[in-house]
Amino acid sequence: MLALIPLFPLIGFVINAALGRRLPKAISGAIASAVMVASFVVSVMSVLALVGLPLTERVMEQTVYTWIASGDFVVDLTLRLDPLAAVMILVVTGIGALIHIYSTAYMHEEVDSEFARYFSYLNLFAAFMLVLVLGANFLVMFVGWEGVGLCSYLLIRFWFKRKSAADAGKKAFVVNRIGDYAFVLGMLVLVVRFGTLDFRQLSSVVAALPPEQGMFGVVSIATLLLFIGATGKSAQIPLYTWLPDAMEGPTPVSALIHAATMVTAGVYMIGRNAVLFSHAPATMLIVAIIGALTALMAGTIGLVQNDIKRVLAYSTVSQLGLMFLAMGMGAFGAGIFHLYTHAFFKALLFLGSGAVIHALHGEQDIRNMGGLRRYLPITYWTFLIGSLAIAGVPGLAGFFSKDEILYETYHAGHWILWGMAAVTSLLTATYMFRLVFLTFHGERREDAHLAPLASHVHDAPPVMALVLIVLAIGSAVAGYVGVPSVLGGQNRLGEWLEPSFQPPGETVVGGGLQASVVETEAEAENAALELRLMAISSAIAIAGIALAAFIWLRRRDLAAAIATRFRGLYRLLLNKYYVDEVYDAAIVKPIRTGSEHVLWQGVDVGVIDGAVNGTALVVATSSSVLRRLQTGSVRAYAGSMFIGVIVILGFYLWR
Amino acid sequence: MIPLGHYLIVSAILFSIGTAGVFLRRNLITILLSIEIMLNAVNLSFVAFGRQLGSYDGQIITFFVIAVAAAEAAVGLAIIIALYRHRESLNPDAFTSLRW
Repeated sequence: MLALIPLFPLIGFVINAALGRRLPKAISGAIASAVMVASFVVSVMSVLALVGLPLTERVMEQTVYTWIASGDFVVDLTLRLDPLAAVMILVVTGIGALIHIYSTAYMHEEVDSEFARYFSYLNLFAAFMLVLVLGANFLVMFVGWEGVGLCSYLLIRFWFKRKSAADAGKKAFVVNRIGDYAFVLGMLVLVVRFGTLDFRQLSSVVAALPPEQGMFGVVSIATLLLFIGATGKSAQIPLYTWLPDAMEGPTPVSALIHAATMVTAGVYMIGRNAVLFSHAPATMLIVAIIGALTALMAGTIGLVQNDIKRVLAYSTVSQLGLMFLAMGMGAFGAGIFHLYTHAFFKALLFLGSGAVIHALHGEQDIRNMGGLRRYLPITYWTFLIGSLAIAGVPGLAGFFSKDEILYETYHAGHWILWGMAAVTSLLTATYMFRLVFLTFHGERREDAHLAPLASHVHDAPPVMALVLIVLAIGSAVAGYVGVPSVLGGQNRLGEWLEPSFQPPGETVVGGGLQASVVETEAEAENAALELRLMAISSAIAIAGIALAAFIWLRRRDLAAAIATRFRGLYRLLLNKYYVDEVYDAAIVKPIRTGSEHVLWQGVDVGVIDGAVNGTALVVATSSSVLRRLQTGSVRAYAGSMFIGVIVILGFYLWR
Repeated sequence: MIPLGHYLIVSAILFSIGTAGVFLRRNLITILLSIEIMLNAVNLSFVAFGRQLGSYDGQIITFFVIAVAAAEAAVGLAIIIALYRHRESLNPDAFTSLRW
């Protein structure tokens, strides 16, 4: 049954890829959406079956066939559903299905064949993502890992006639490839050291080892390499630069791939190998630091960007940074919880921005928007809910998950990282509401030459509106599966996920039951701390919103004044810390120069072409001498034959 | 009985005459005849060796050589006639158009 989950989208891909250009839009869109819904239904059934199992045995496996059998090293094409994978497949198929449905309305202006191409890519992406999530070992995961990279490339450059889109696709592919290379190396280290790539086997083997000290243990190096792979896929420092550029693709793609699913693969991979990473404290610290740095950096960039999708892209990078911070703190449940809530509100925000762009016929610059609240009420209200959720306003999804990350970080004693995360929260609230206020509030700025007349602005068509509303409800209530105990909840999600982060068969059931009096006291203290931190982070969220309201609603001139006052800083942020330029100068340019002068003009022209041309030259020169032997005279030939016979005979006789 | 050496000397003389003919004469028909002399020199030594060793192999080979020589003469003469019709000459140095 598990194999059906990725198989359905794959069937959709095959149909749309093979027959799509002959099918009308309604049918190809319906097929693509139907397979996703079917996959979602099967996922729900599988997860329900999983819930029925006892706590310690919550694993379902299906071995499709043995893929590689080489001596002792065997890799099966196995799919495995455990609590962690269950959360992921529900997110991927659920949000994925909604985005497919949304896309049928969003992409309706494309011609039939382009429309089918779009949906075939989308289906293929979903299939690969599900393989990634369900894979029971690194190699199967890697198939999905590479596959989503490919689909991301195909979808970013969907409008490949536009040069910027084609370039962005290439950039995403190449940057991802750097990470994938490290990922492969990490896998190799694991194979050489442990002889298996199966997640469960690796967990049990590693669990028997003591945690590694220092940086250079095998597990530390392997996990570090895997984490580099994750930075590529999940857009963390230093490989995050592709994600903002990926906004060249159609907006639902940004929602599906670059917010809700694919970019979370890195976080998921760390969660999947929680035991492995727990045994490499050095790597964990690096993960946490990189995550916090990325969160802060992307947040500051997001504050000044003017493209509605780019702001959201940097916000995605920032939120992913928070997830990695949680992972690095060992709070795997919190990271996955945030991944899950983030999928809802980020998909909602992207699809909402898609509705805005749709209504304005392709306008993406928020400086040319404003006052859209009146024309796009549904979009406005859903977008507002998404913004409140991501800002961490109490009661909505983002509050619970973000708060858990902040608490875990503080609780682990890393108050510098906590400070960075808190500042990030403030920035998140501010830039999100800057976006809301600039887009939907105030007066419509008609001086924008590209903006169409207000009369042409229309709210999201019914299909899109429906999806937005469903996602808005999700953003509002998704957090309630993980209400922390101090607020009277049980953190069901955390409990549900716990077995996935333990070595197989060693699940601690109800560890809290044996808590002694001392621990209870400590817990009470922790609860007080958690409540305090919760109050702080709520205050931060509201302060961020208030700040945004003050600047961009009341004193819009203030923003310009600040920008002029701190011109250097503003420039730095607007140009994204010049990271692209630095990479260009430090890596791309030297490689280009090296390729041109050494590899092209030296190796290719000199050695390779030289060898080929040299061979030809030798043949030509020697034959120009040798051809003089062909005189055409029969007697000369007879003479040479005679001399030859004499020489051979003489050789044998006088030897 | 005539010793083997005498036969071989005669055979060598005949072969040399033939070789000299091939190289020195400037008439294709004469060259063809010289080749026949060389072949017969070889035949002679085959037969002589066969007799010396008491086997018939030499004579059998000789029959083969005679048969091949007949065929060769027929083909060779046909070519010579064709060449003569083409160039009105029998000098081998006249036919060098297959040069590089």
